[in-house]
Amino acid sequence: MAGRSFKHFSILPGFWPALGFSVLYLSLIVLAPLSAVVLKTTTASWAHFWGTITSPSVVASYRLSFGASLAAAAINAVFGLLVAWVLVRYSFPGKRLVDALVDLPFALPTAVAGIALTTLYTEHGWIGRLLARVGIRVAFTPLGVLVALVFIGLPFAVRSVQPVLEDLDAEIEDAAASLGASRWRTFTRVVFPLLRPALLTGFAMSFARALGEYGSVVFISGNMPMRTEITPLLIMTRLEQYDYAGATAIALVMLVASFALLLAINLLQWRSRRYAEAR
Amino acid sequence: MKRQDPLLLRCGLTAAALLFLAVFVALPLFAVFAQALEKGLAAYWTAIADPDALASIRLTLLAAGIAVPMNLVFGLAAAWAIAKFQFPGKNLLITLIDLPFAVSPVISGLIYVLMFGAQGWLGPWLSDRGIKIIFAVPGIVLATIFVTFPFVARELIPLMQAQGTEEEEAALVLGASGRQLFWRVTLPNIKWSLLYGVILCSARAMGEFGAVSVVSGHIRGETNTMPLHVEILYNEYNFAGAFAVASLLALLALVTLVAKRLLERKMRQDYADFKAAESAEG
Repeated sequence: MAGRSFKHFSILPGFWPALGFSVLYLSLIVLAPLSAVVLKTTTASWAHFWGTITSPSVVASYRLSFGASLAAAAINAVFGLLVAWVLVRYSFPGKRLVDALVDLPFALPTAVAGIALTTLYTEHGWIGRLLARVGIRVAFTPLGVLVALVFIGLPFAVRSVQPVLEDLDAEIEDAAASLGASRWRTFTRVVFPLLRPALLTGFAMSFARALGEYGSVVFISGNMPMRTEITPLLIMTRLEQYDYAGATAIALVMLVASFALLLAINLLQWRSRRYAEAR
Repeated sequence: MKRQDPLLLRCGLTAAALLFLAVFVALPLFAVFAQALEKGLAAYWTAIADPDALASIRLTLLAAGIAVPMNLVFGLAAAWAIAKFQFPGKNLLITLIDLPFAVSPVISGLIYVLMFGAQGWLGPWLSDRGIKIIFAVPGIVLATIFVTFPFVARELIPLMQAQGTEEEEAALVLGASGRQLFWRVTLPNIKWSLLYGVILCSARAMGEFGAVSVVSGHIRGETNTMPLHVEILYNEYNFAGAFAVASLLALLALVTLVAKRLLERKMRQDYADFKAAESAEG
């Protein structure tokens, strides 16, 4: 039988129906539609494709999307480590509530987050009013994009670092301390290097999520041409003008970036797992 | 304990973390409810009882009601094949299942426009037969299925891989049928993780905005889901109405968080029980 040579022998039933259905469903829902992006691009001329993805407004959107996503991921890495540290190491009243709250950006629909953040950060909003006094405008500026992306990426950073911090062996730190290392030195030389792979993974996941984010950003950014247009928004506006070839060209650039990031994240996770197993 | 930080540092770091979370997470959540109730309870009810709002709620529930069961069946099938059998290409399959998470929501909608839209591959064929997918309910369902595709599978695969095949093989040797195997052995072992995946899947299905926005066409009362209805009201400067509908979605998010917490405890127990049983066997 062909099956015996393909899979290892097992007495359990249902391999072929389960695998067959999975592959068929995956192909119909995910693979075929995604390949449409690539095939659609090949029908357009190279000149048109290149002209679309290097036009000034599109390049400005890459700069904003990549820049704001990188900045948001960096902020999330720092505060994600801080929040994870406080949640794992210290105890305070309401800690479990705070721990649960970290997942809110995950669970709250992005459009809801978008309008809530916009309302807070306009000149009349609770936070925007305070910031306006010192001359900082957030809503409808690139800073607003950053705020939305920090919100959306926070759980990734916290939840990457938290389990590693929980599993950290107390003996290692005790050993460092008994050898005369200060708390700070123990942290920078012993604890931080152990956390670094998880922190990097959290950073990359937060970055990847921010890059594609749409719902929470479009309200607070104000979508001003060349200034606050993110790349996913440009795909949306091309589609609204029925410029399918243009939308697809920009989408292909984003897909390539996303898949490269996915690959990097998988490599990071694989490395940190191997590292954990080796210990 | 030597690894306890000094009191001053402890208080400082805790205060900084709490302040950050208060400003960036708690305040937006609070703002949703404050804005929703700003014009009073009567206005709140009017906004929610509005026929277009009710139609959007119905559509959201319909889309989730189709997408979640389909992805549940897929998740079970994929996890069964991947976790219980050895075959080449398994890692590739796992990576491909996660693909929808790496794709921007806007692109998740775009791909179905390219397939089924008026200028799409199957567009002319479909319009000849009077079938409408894009700017209609089927498109919304498809986009919802895509963005929630990996949720159930990615919860089940690692758990079922850890559990192995011994229990199923024993049941089979004792004469269990395939159906008994699933209902009596496999399902009880994975029930909490399954529920966890379903809850995350449902929450995302009801809250999805970008992908659904691309394929919806924004026809009031017909192809508007709740998040899209929120957008329309907000862009019309009907803030009280927008936040009233948004508050329902925020409540849904809170329920999801509570359920997630409770289930995470159960799931940890599942893994722990399994480890204990394994070590008892030696």
